[in-house]
Amino acid sequence: MGIRFTLTALIVLHGAVVFAGFLAPYDYAEQHRERPYAPPTTIGFSPWPYVYSQDSTRVYPIRFFTRGRLLGVDPGGYLFLLGTDGYGRDLFSRILYGGRVSLATGIVAGIWALALGLFWGLTAGFYGGRVDGIMMRLAEFFLALPWLYLLLGVRAFLPLHISPAEAFFLLVAIIGSVGWVRPARLVRGLTLSLAERPYVEAARAFGAGPLYLVRRHILPETKGLLLTQATILIPYYILAEVTLSFLGLGVGEPVPSWGSMLADARQYHALVAHFWMLAPGVATSLVLLGYIHLSDLLQSRS
Amino acid sequence: MRYVARRLMHSLLLLAGVSVLSFVFSELAPGDYYSELQAEGRVSAATLSALRSQNGLDRPLPLRYAIWLRSVAHGEFGYSLAYQGPVGPLLAQRIPGTLLLTCLSTGLAWLLALPIGVWSAANRGYQYDTILKVSLSILLSIPELLLAIILLAIAVQTGWLPAGGMHSPGGGSLIDLLRHLAIPVTVLTLGLLPVLIRHVRSAVSEAMGSAFALAAAAHGIPRRRLLLRHVLPVALNPLISLLGLSLGSLLSASLLVEVLVGWPGLGPLFLEAIFARDFAVVLGVVMVSTSFLIAGNLVADLLLYRADPRIRV
Repeated sequence: MGIRFTLTALIVLHGAVVFAGFLAPYDYAEQHRERPYAPPTTIGFSPWPYVYSQDSTRVYPIRFFTRGRLLGVDPGGYLFLLGTDGYGRDLFSRILYGGRVSLATGIVAGIWALALGLFWGLTAGFYGGRVDGIMMRLAEFFLALPWLYLLLGVRAFLPLHISPAEAFFLLVAIIGSVGWVRPARLVRGLTLSLAERPYVEAARAFGAGPLYLVRRHILPETKGLLLTQATILIPYYILAEVTLSFLGLGVGEPVPSWGSMLADARQYHALVAHFWMLAPGVATSLVLLGYIHLSDLLQSRS
Repeated sequence: MRYVARRLMHSLLLLAGVSVLSFVFSELAPGDYYSELQAEGRVSAATLSALRSQNGLDRPLPLRYAIWLRSVAHGEFGYSLAYQGPVGPLLAQRIPGTLLLTCLSTGLAWLLALPIGVWSAANRGYQYDTILKVSLSILLSIPELLLAIILLAIAVQTGWLPAGGMHSPGGGSLIDLLRHLAIPVTVLTLGLLPVLIRHVRSAVSEAMGSAFALAAAAHGIPRRRLLLRHVLPVALNPLISLLGLSLGSLLSASLLVEVLVGWPGLGPLFLEAIFARDFAVVLGVVMVSTSFLIAGNLVADLLLYRADPRIRV
């Protein structure tokens, strides 16, 4: 499948998450205690989409653009596209809202790590010599630990009980501190070789300062590298967020995240009966597949 | 030999650096083991500060580090506040579990990845290979988390395999251990497999395109002999460094899988220590996992040193 299809699919997935407030039939915290673990609602199509009431005696038509949302049914009927969890919360809505945390963490952490890697690599590569040696040795500490151990180790020192907003920024900072070393190394290598190109040396001989040289001659050349690294880092970071939230170290209740939602699926004895609880995992896989395919396409092109 | 000595020295420095950084971090971090107790509200502030000074938490950082170093020399790795004992024995109990999982999965994944990767490189562009590539991408995008949950649910539903732990109560036989190993090793192997196959495939196809391989093919050397005798050894060099690199992701995946299936490895110990804010145990696990990674990379580098005479200069 081509690059255009993959990009479109990714944009659709991200767009669905961004517009969760409009696309989701319910709010993420809205509980229907009378319908725990409800299976996905059956939808009929004649002549107009409708759902049955719980005892299948009444029919509720699906209404579009009601109460500021795309889909909805009148009170008394339910529209659970992917079923509900143990509190009777609509899983489809929660996946859309939960994707906000998971995807935003991945993207913001990715940008943060790339910025850090770019700065580190540019400085080390441009100045070379002793600066380079010290900076790259320091970066090595971040490679000394397996990534999940590093992630949890850093998380271990931070308070356990914090508000969702604080937790989000903490997550971004922690996750971004893992994995920035590879882009830093690549940028460093590129900068080292670029700094010796004749046109750069000529500019230097004409009295160009370091800031000008970096901005004018080196930075533009790193664009392709950064783009490829972004498509590698972002899925990896989304996975990191899902993992941390799954372990209970991410953004807490009531704000959903794909990881914490997947943690609800850990009742193995009931999972076969409530298989729709795996839907957040499937959503994660879809997004990861999109990014991995995109990075494959980019790498095979260059 | 000098190469080995230099590498060992470097590893020791790295370990020391990681421990110093951890101590600095712990100093900057708000709260400690006792602040979690305080949050529960059963213990008074005066008792807590007495407990803190009794366990030496109020001493200055360099002194605490020196005390920790001395306890490392005794093999104790500090004192765990949650377990009320030295950390060393706790770690020693858990290390075999993690090593067993990671070594088995690495071995299995490489055993599968080498033939599949070579086969895939040899059949590049054919339909089977395309199917393989697509399924690898899909496998790569399924998180180990999801895989483990699905396998565990199936195990519970069907009762074919035990759904957690390392031994059944009362049973200590090898068969029992293997049955418990099946799910975690499958998850870890499937997680590692797509990455390995992709690398094997690209290394082998690169070697196949090189001048010597074309010349050998032109001389009429049979395809099988060409692949296994001439191409594979050349392709092996980048793969040896991958052996060390893949260890990092494998250890991480192993942590998660251990927590999921309740395997008595480092993972559950680490997570409990984080929730209890038991700094000594966190530091101990961090040091052990770092040592694993360093040792793995060292082994890979030594293998490479033996395999590739070009880097000996």
